[in-house]
Amino acid sequence: MLGAYLPILLLVIVAVLFGLVSIVLSSLIGQKKPSPVKLAPYESGCTPVGTARERFSIKFYLIAMLFILFDIEAVFLYPWAILYKKLGVFGLVEMGTFIVILFVGYIYVWKKGALEWE
Amino acid sequence: METLFFLIITLVAIVSALLVVTCKNPINSALALVMTFFCLATYYVMLDAPFMAAVQVMVYAGAIMVLIVFTIMLLNIRVDATKRHSHKVVLGSIIGFFTLVNTAFIIMRSRVAMPNGPLTGEMIRQQGHTELIGREMFTTFLLPFEITSILLLVAIIGAVILAKKKL
Repeated sequence: MLGAYLPILLLVIVAVLFGLVSIVLSSLIGQKKPSPVKLAPYESGCTPVGTARERFSIKFYLIAMLFILFDIEAVFLYPWAILYKKLGVFGLVEMGTFIVILFVGYIYVWKKGALEWE
Repeated sequence: METLFFLIITLVAIVSALLVVTCKNPINSALALVMTFFCLATYYVMLDAPFMAAVQVMVYAGAIMVLIVFTIMLLNIRVDATKRHSHKVVLGSIIGFFTLVNTAFIIMRSRVAMPNGPLTGEMIRQQGHTELIGREMFTTFLLPFEITSILLLVAIIGAVILAKKKL
């Protein structure tokens, strides 16, 4: 029964191994001659200004909230997609109502300018 | 084989759940929580509920984690992260231990009081878990399903009103 999920398990194992092997090997093989420039968060990048632990704007939070809500909408589409042929027009109307109600929310978000970065 | 797999997953789940509460840096706690969610998703797969597993990964490990991480970023936790709060460890351990014993006792002593329903592991495997959920959702629970969309609509409007400076 679990055999069907073997590819997912293999993918997880490969992902973990890839990360571990890269870090361990580079720390074993690589030379270590640290200098202030090399130890900067972004080498050859912008000079860091202040700490990274600042309070973030609520604008990020709004985007995250909207992402969650539309993500949950997408979850409901999966069972419908599987039953699409069996439910037929009935299911289409049902899902249509669901989508239309949420589309009202989408228009609201758009009209209020919540998707714009001001 | 399956028992061994279950034990490994349980070990990972317990260790990562412990890391959630013991990590000093809240971001590390959040990452450990993702690991716990993935272990829970594996349990759902082992319980013949692949749809629940997918929802667990998508909604919890995906969406809810984004919310938690953004909350951590939103709050200024620099001060709190440096010192460890470890008061009431003894009292908490005692209460936790008795709750555990109590729960174990109830589970050991309890038995199924009602006759088994039509949903068995065999039937779920035959018809497909997602199909069974979908069929119930789109026929028997049609009204609650449509009300869910209104609930989501309210949440969308609420989020915009709360977070938007100028409406």
